[in-house]
Amino acid sequence: MSTFLLAASQTVGPFFGPGLLRDGACRNDLTEPQTVGERIRIEGRVLDGDGAPVPDAMIEIWQADAHGHYNHPADSGTAPSDPDFTGFGRTGTGEDGSYWFETIKPGPVPFDAQQWQAPHIVVTVFARGLLNHLVTRLYFAGEPANASDPILGYVPDERRATLLARHETEGATNVYRFDIILQGADETVFFNV
Amino acid sequence: MNTTTIGAIVRGDREVFPPYLYEAYQSTRRRAPTLPLIDVPLTLSELTGPGPAISAITPEDADLTRNAGTGGEAIGQRIIVTGRVLDDHGQPVPNTLMEIWQANASGRYLHKRDQWPGPLDPNFLGIGRCLTDANGVYRFLTIRPGAYPWKNHPNAWRPAHIHFSVFGPSALSRLVTQMYFPDDSLHSIDPIMQSVPTEAARQRLIAAYDHNVTEPEWALGYRWDIVIRGPYATPFEPAQFEKAGEAAQ
Repeated sequence: MSTFLLAASQTVGPFFGPGLLRDGACRNDLTEPQTVGERIRIEGRVLDGDGAPVPDAMIEIWQADAHGHYNHPADSGTAPSDPDFTGFGRTGTGEDGSYWFETIKPGPVPFDAQQWQAPHIVVTVFARGLLNHLVTRLYFAGEPANASDPILGYVPDERRATLLARHETEGATNVYRFDIILQGADETVFFNV
Repeated sequence: MNTTTIGAIVRGDREVFPPYLYEAYQSTRRRAPTLPLIDVPLTLSELTGPGPAISAITPEDADLTRNAGTGGEAIGQRIIVTGRVLDDHGQPVPNTLMEIWQANASGRYLHKRDQWPGPLDPNFLGIGRCLTDANGVYRFLTIRPGAYPWKNHPNAWRPAHIHFSVFGPSALSRLVTQMYFPDDSLHSIDPIMQSVPTEAARQRLIAAYDHNVTEPEWALGYRWDIVIRGPYATPFEPAQFEKAGEAAQ
């Protein structure tokens, strides 16, 4: 139990945009020209239990750099760090529930002293109607390391596909499609973190 | 007004955090997940987070009475809202980004989806941000927001509130919540506030009037401390990365 009572979560509501998505606070593009790594574009939609778009959601992402290093003091690992990559993104959904990020594919990060995690991005969803945010992970479909990822190992087989972003090519752009389904059939896996 | 579903899906502490499905708040019905959240060990991905890396603000950002850039001042009861951000062991959380947004004195947001006939104030954007100082202290100057109607149920009104977004040291400490004002008759009929499962946790969302914060001939003072999860205080054992944790101290 906590020594001090935590502040409860409350919904972000419908009116967060001017504050949380203002210039400089909305971060669709995580890359700089010097950023190391394979450029990728993440596209997806947020859908509710009726399959209807959620036009008033906010998505935040957090990821390691291409070397597998997090821009954070708790990452004391041996991977080199990319000074041109923060690893944080934030955007809102459009009227059709869509969102996108331009970023780089993260490197693998350790799980413990022996095991590695497959490349992944932590995805957090806020919306009107969500009294708490939701936390999920984007993994990359076709990535061999997924088979031995310890966290995916906690996810029932039949639900793992909800965490795999599908690769598509649009011209020279590597697109990974990651829809977030809040409720119902094919409901996205969310983690209790 | 307690419609918490038995066995409801909750993130974290059931004594504190609302369930995802809270039927009195209608927007939860088609947006709440229906399958349990999956418990997983904490990894470096959760024990890190963007908080320490994002800090782009200016001092003017914390003054909502003048940050519209018009040269004019917002209309309303001028208030100071201050307090500390603490982790769940009571340690201050310094240098963390706080973002706030709120309705104006008439209860109207500057937002295209807010169309009820409360007047807009050209000198009020209703957005602000600041960093906590070395002692975890934040401070905003703003105006007291008005209550406003919403369409959740007949004659529904939200109590006056200010939205807060806090990062903290790790992904575990991320928090979006709302601060309420004391002595507001609308608290007991607001499904969003009442979704918080216990009276003690609801009381923690209400600021206290503090005459020591009030400035003579200038502004009324409110104090509100915010407790967020520390990086290692969780129901799950972070079996991994104890070494990384020590290095972060």
